[in-house]
Amino acid sequence: MADWTLFEVFVRSKHGLNHKHVGSVHAADAEMAIENARDLYTRRSEGVSIWVVPSTAITATASDEKDALFDAADDKVYRHASFYELPDEVGHM
Amino acid sequence: MYAQMVETGSKGVRDLESMSEQERAFQQRIDADIKIEPKNWMPEAYRKTLIRQISQHAHSEIVGMLPEGNWVTRAPSLKRKLQLMAKIQDEAGHGLYLYSAMETLGADRDEEVQKMHEGKAKYSSIFNYPTLNWADMGTIGWLVDGAAIVNQVPLQRTSYGPYARAMIRVCKEESFHQRQGYEILLHMMREGNDAQRAMVQDSINRFWWPVLMMFGPSDANSPNSAQSMAWKIKRHSNDELRQRFIDQTIPQLQILGCTVPDPDLKYNEETGHWEFGEIDWSEFYEVLKGNGPCNKERVAKRKKALDEGAWVREAAVAYAKKKQQRKAA
Repeated sequence: MADWTLFEVFVRSKHGLNHKHVGSVHAADAEMAIENARDLYTRRSEGVSIWVVPSTAITATASDEKDALFDAADDKVYRHASFYELPDEVGHM
Repeated sequence: MYAQMVETGSKGVRDLESMSEQERAFQQRIDADIKIEPKNWMPEAYRKTLIRQISQHAHSEIVGMLPEGNWVTRAPSLKRKLQLMAKIQDEAGHGLYLYSAMETLGADRDEEVQKMHEGKAKYSSIFNYPTLNWADMGTIGWLVDGAAIVNQVPLQRTSYGPYARAMIRVCKEESFHQRQGYEILLHMMREGNDAQRAMVQDSINRFWWPVLMMFGPSDANSPNSAQSMAWKIKRHSNDELRQRFIDQTIPQLQILGCTVPDPDLKYNEETGHWEFGEIDWSEFYEVLKGNGPCNKERVAKRKKALDEGAWVREAAVAYAKKKQQRKAA
């Protein structure tokens, strides 16, 4: 297994949603990763499309960057619809 | 259960004051039910405990294929054979989800598998019992997977994110296993002849006590439980889960029209729980030590499968390289 590549697996369910990360598989190459992912993650028609990406190709945010990256969004409440108060007679908007 | 007696290396749970600042922040995160993710800081003992527990759980899924594999070629009909193969394939899948979760902790899959083959890592005691008749396929689905569900449902809320997420997938598939097992037994009891009914009872007689042992020793004799509970790796005590399993299983046993080999089993009207007899823990410890009926056979089979599959893995790598070269040319 050591000389196989670790691939992250993304599956799109049949309801037209985005591909979603479901887990990972080891494989000799991408084609085999797709085959393994099919057997492992879609045995009960969980998906209609699979992406595999070598784990090393993913760049992720670090947990200590969390505040710097995401806190800034917390004080911009005006970006949410619920921030705007409208009189009842306007009805649903 | 699928993980039994997991060593935490802890000599008692420490209070928040005696922890380092980092450790305190970690424990408070756990107390607040916030999941720990692979890149978060965690105490070394937490990491090691999880690696031990998740690898043991994964090994159990993989070794658990063997007792059932024994009956694939002898299943009584094509339908039963297909169902059994689907279940066994699921077990392989569960093992793989769990090995992946374990790898997020920095553990190496090959090394951990090696430890199991050398007898340094455990798998569940239950898989060291033989499957002697067809009813055992029913009993394993109903009782063994049933016990696994009782253990794994709370593990969906375990504190380590990747382990919890693997458990969610596993639990979704597990109920098919239990229902197909119970249906096998129900069919034998209701449509079968005397010999087939006797087979069901014989199977339950052999598996009942070993299944109860799956939950691990009594709380009093479970030195690692307190730390695992404090870390919320474990969410309920061994005794609590065992009782829950018995309470939900006995009514199903009565519908089958079978009994369990426990003269002390009786319903307590006041508590609403089934009381049961003394478990022979010496048997459990012997099986864990490697002296169960099938320990040697199971490990030998796993080793053989790994060794004899080596050429396939090598060929896959060679083929991948050749394809890549052809593409480049």
